[in-house]
Amino acid sequence: MFDLSPDEWIAIRLSLRIALVATTVALPFGIAIAWLLARKDFWGKSLLDGIVHLPLVLPPVVTGYLLLITFGRRGTIGGFLADLGIVFSFRWTGAALACGVMGFPLLVRAIRLSFEVIDRRLEDAAATLGANRIWVFLTVTLPLALPGLIAGMVLCFAKALGEFGATITFVSNIPGETQTISAAIYTYTQIPNADAAALRLVLVAIVISLAALVVSEWFARRAGLRYHGD
Amino acid sequence: MIPNSGERFSDRIRLEQSMLAVDVEKRLGDFELAAKFEAAGGVTALFGPSGAGKSTLVNLIAGLLAPDRGRIALDDHVLFDSATGINLPPHRRRIGYVFQEGRLFPHLTVAQNLDYGRWMQKLPADTAETERVVSLLDIGHLLRRRPGRLSGGERQRVAMGRALLMKPLLLLLDEPLASLDRARKLEILPYLARLRDEAKIPMIYVSHQAGEIVRIASQVVRIEDGRVVADGGLELLDAERKEMVF
Repeated sequence: MFDLSPDEWIAIRLSLRIALVATTVALPFGIAIAWLLARKDFWGKSLLDGIVHLPLVLPPVVTGYLLLITFGRRGTIGGFLADLGIVFSFRWTGAALACGVMGFPLLVRAIRLSFEVIDRRLEDAAATLGANRIWVFLTVTLPLALPGLIAGMVLCFAKALGEFGATITFVSNIPGETQTISAAIYTYTQIPNADAAALRLVLVAIVISLAALVVSEWFARRAGLRYHGD
Repeated sequence: MIPNSGERFSDRIRLEQSMLAVDVEKRLGDFELAAKFEAAGGVTALFGPSGAGKSTLVNLIAGLLAPDRGRIALDDHVLFDSATGINLPPHRRRIGYVFQEGRLFPHLTVAQNLDYGRWMQKLPADTAETERVVSLLDIGHLLRRRPGRLSGGERQRVAMGRALLMKPLLLLLDEPLASLDRARKLEILPYLARLRDEAKIPMIYVSHQAGEIVRIASQVVRIEDGRVVADGGLELLDAERKEMVF
């Protein structure tokens, strides 16, 4: 019962890879946009905020479809990138893109909140000590935002791991290429006598999600400790 | 004017004569600050009631706020001049700032906090100087702690050390004792006096407590409602001496 078949292993490895790549690539963009939203006032700020949060409220199928028409081979951006050798459609990279987009609002939200609660006076103190704006950001702002950064990454990772609608719409459900755990579970529920396989993957999904939560809790606690004691 | 980085405080006797010249105007909402004074070496106290504009003035000197008009210069080193459009950012002013609430970096240890300014100024490590300041302020036993585990008095001593170790041309102290109870104030005052006598850096000391000022300062600039109303020696505080806290 608990022996995972090669196909199931492939789905698990693929899911982990897609979620990791999605989170890692989204992180720098997430930090930049969270910082803009937390610290700057500019024309179109509400619009940017809205666009970032859109995947959270849109039906995932709609997000997937929008990705398909922009990042597909014939899409405006996809066509251009395809010429450069970067192809998203029906590849695992496309699944990572879809997962990254879906997890992005959660990532930005958590980081933005942590930027907003940072005591700006500490940044002033760093400036008087000789730190220019980049150093202030790297040595004060970013480390102080660490708990939020970790929380955001875990949320994004979890979202990416569970993403289904946008991924399947954008890159379909191809075993070994775009078939993640979620898609595999869905497939197993559609074929007779695959209940055991579906259940095994369900258990795996629970274990991975729990592990991510525990690890992030541990990191956040460690980062939090640094504020209050040695 | 900017001393070379290997220089010690003791080598900087020349700086004792250094002169801070401030002539600024700044409007913040309904509050209007228009202050002109000069501070020559030693410790100059900015004295006045809360809300008089002392902290604003110090922030203007540090570069954390920009004046609407005016000029700030440390000897011939112009920090701000609205006429010529000069406005050095705080990180290039090399002015140490001890804040009322310390503002130590909570994610760094005391040792890392102390080292921060030197690191940012790209000064070479100077163990002897660090040891001197650490023993001057008696903070050797705290080096491995994080600020969250320090008492209020310890925090302020570390904050002073941090500002000193960036080798500033001028030291600003904005009510460094205000957040402490009386016992802690009495604990810190001797360190401040030592700092004045040994560090040989011109200091601007902000306070609304005459009792602190007479223990530390040699020159008093009295500020009320955004204006300099008097400028002179400690005799300016004679009226307050009678009701002194210390």
